[in-house]
Amino acid sequence: MALVLNEEQVMLKDSAAGFLAQKATVTHLRALRDSGNERGFSDDVWRDMAQMGWAGIAIPETFGGLGYGYTGLGLVLEQAGRNLSASPLQSTVLVAATVIGELGSAQQQEQLLAAIAAGETLVSLALQEGPHHAPLDTVLSAVAQADDYILNGVKVLVLDASAAHTFIVIARTSGERGTERGLSAFLVDARAAGLTVERRSLVDSRSVGALVLENVRVPATHLLGVPGDAWGGLNRALDIANIGLAAELLGLSLEVFERTVAYLKERKQFGRVIGSFQGLQHRAAELFAELELARSIVLQALHTIDNGERDLSLVASAAKAKLCEVAQRATNEAIQMHGGIGMTDEYEIGFFIKRARVAQHTFGDYNYHLDRFARLSGF
Amino acid sequence: MSDLEHFRQQTRAWLEENCPESMRQPVKGFEDYYNGGRRPQITHPDQKIWCDRMAARGWTVPHWPTEYSGGGLDSEQVKVLNEEMARIGARRALDSFGISMLGPALLHFGSEEQKLEHLPRIVRGEIRWCQGYSEPNAGSDLASLATKAEDRGDHYVINGQKVWTSYADKADWIFCLVRTDNSGSKHEGISFVLFDMDQPGVTVRPIRLISGSSPFCETFFDNAIAEKKNLIGEAGNGWTIAKYLLTHEREMISGFGAAPKKSVGQLAVESMGTDTSGRLANPVLRQTIAQYQLDTLVFAATMARVGDEAKAGQGLGAASSIFKYYGTELNKRRNELNLAVGGECALGWEGQEYRGGATSRDWLRSKGNSIEGGTSEVQLNIIAKRVLGLPDA
Repeated sequence: MALVLNEEQVMLKDSAAGFLAQKATVTHLRALRDSGNERGFSDDVWRDMAQMGWAGIAIPETFGGLGYGYTGLGLVLEQAGRNLSASPLQSTVLVAATVIGELGSAQQQEQLLAAIAAGETLVSLALQEGPHHAPLDTVLSAVAQADDYILNGVKVLVLDASAAHTFIVIARTSGERGTERGLSAFLVDARAAGLTVERRSLVDSRSVGALVLENVRVPATHLLGVPGDAWGGLNRALDIANIGLAAELLGLSLEVFERTVAYLKERKQFGRVIGSFQGLQHRAAELFAELELARSIVLQALHTIDNGERDLSLVASAAKAKLCEVAQRATNEAIQMHGGIGMTDEYEIGFFIKRARVAQHTFGDYNYHLDRFARLSGF
Repeated sequence: MSDLEHFRQQTRAWLEENCPESMRQPVKGFEDYYNGGRRPQITHPDQKIWCDRMAARGWTVPHWPTEYSGGGLDSEQVKVLNEEMARIGARRALDSFGISMLGPALLHFGSEEQKLEHLPRIVRGEIRWCQGYSEPNAGSDLASLATKAEDRGDHYVINGQKVWTSYADKADWIFCLVRTDNSGSKHEGISFVLFDMDQPGVTVRPIRLISGSSPFCETFFDNAIAEKKNLIGEAGNGWTIAKYLLTHEREMISGFGAAPKKSVGQLAVESMGTDTSGRLANPVLRQTIAQYQLDTLVFAATMARVGDEAKAGQGLGAASSIFKYYGTELNKRRNELNLAVGGECALGWEGQEYRGGATSRDWLRSKGNSIEGGTSEVQLNIIAKRVLGLPDA
């Protein structure tokens, strides 16, 4: 597959850009934040997105999706990154639907993916337990009891926790902390007895939460896949999730860079526009080079998913590590080059640096993925 | 059988018959490439035979038109020829600045007469060319060049000095930027002329680099003569041609860092070992190598993307402006890592145990990559101004 967009993809990108720039901008995010909205996104906007088919954009047509693949979803996420659009695109469409596709039985896929594609249900992955992404360190326990499992433990950084109808809880049915065997995935109803959803407020104003599970009883039929054997599918789903986040970070970084270059052409000091200073020009040019590299690795990574290529993990960690690096640099430079005004809440640049750091952290930051990239490269 | 398949069969048969066995062996070093010229540097007598046979079919420059003695092949046929040559391990018959640099400029800017005069000799490897661009006081600021060409009716009299003229000591002719007019802005008044190096007014002195010997020279002109019929384009229009050629040169240099067989990470594991988790023993070096390898992978993806965009008819995008800058900076990083990984072995300068100092000499030579053909800083200026549209100071 050539590293260019086809006609259908260009149309999708344009329509996503048009819709989001009108309906789900930084202004909308600010309003959600200032009104203390519990769900963290607008239900009306999400309904519109679902009507356009975005809820099932990467879901195969046999399950009622659009079948545009992850390249299609990546293009929408890139535009969401440009506009900081708040929606369940990440939690449900990118992550949960992928985990279900990887681990679920035919029947589970048919039911859940169809409901997700129709925009009828929101599902979110509950994985992280400590301050860092460390999936093998999962200790939340699931103990078999007759036809059920009893779950006990705590999860953090659960995306859209207040809005989700169902959680995919990663639990340990056997094995030691740090090992792959023994990890299992359970579908847990958000209203299950013993489950407490605590809303948490992160720096990016998006909705996340913590889950506390106290003797939550889950029927064995709600296992996604084989007990103790979730790692392979989960690992693959996490690779895909990280590539999706890289696509979002790409859009975010491009937007913040373009706004910064525009500001360099407009702001005057010492009697001339500051963009005429070579000290700033070279930093901007270096950042431009990094952004061009970022574009390439994101597109290549999306194609790697859709082509079913074997080096997915290596490419996923390369894409996430690179985009973490570039987004960090782009947002830091944006604040510095804007000067004082960039520090004010009234100006929008601050929203970008805040969202960038949360997206960078989610499912492993630069340090996690550069280390993983090196290990997968054999050193 | 399709025409192309037919062409393949014929090409295969011809190559089998005409490519000498010795020219099917890989080159051992730079000196093994055949560059032609009046005083050809030869490491094997078959080099000239092979070049002559290929040139007779125009296949030393297969894509040039036949009226200029080129092969007249279309891109599909050129691909087949390259594949068939690769199949038997045939070397390129001729490498020269005439093919890679002057030729494209002549095809673009030269008159019909000039093309007929010079291109066939390039194809046949009869004339070896060098490039007269930089001067002691015109490096990054190339347009301020001062080598003066005085108009004497049917010829110019040239006085001044060029520097970094690669292979000037082996070249027969020079394509040279000279100043024919001082009255306008520095970009105006530059002309692009060709002249014979074998004349009393031309003196050449080799330059020794920090990496040891080098192909570079200083070239002095003391009343050297250039015939006016060898002025390319209009007088005063040389800057346009210079820029066109620089683009070619930058593409060449940005490819210098092509990936070697083993990754630095693998070499480091072999030489330094791992900890119990399988990670390279030194975590600081490991991180530096990981960053380098990540950027190398991402840069390769960018070259592929730009290539695919061009093939899809989207033209050469803005991304191509970063190639020279990024490629050469990456190559310098690679060479620094070779030193770190190799340790004492990489610091050798002479002797078989150090492979003649190959690692250290490559490392030193790589420092020039981000200077020659436009420094990294000039490349960043170009991106800032032409791509990002930031204003002049």
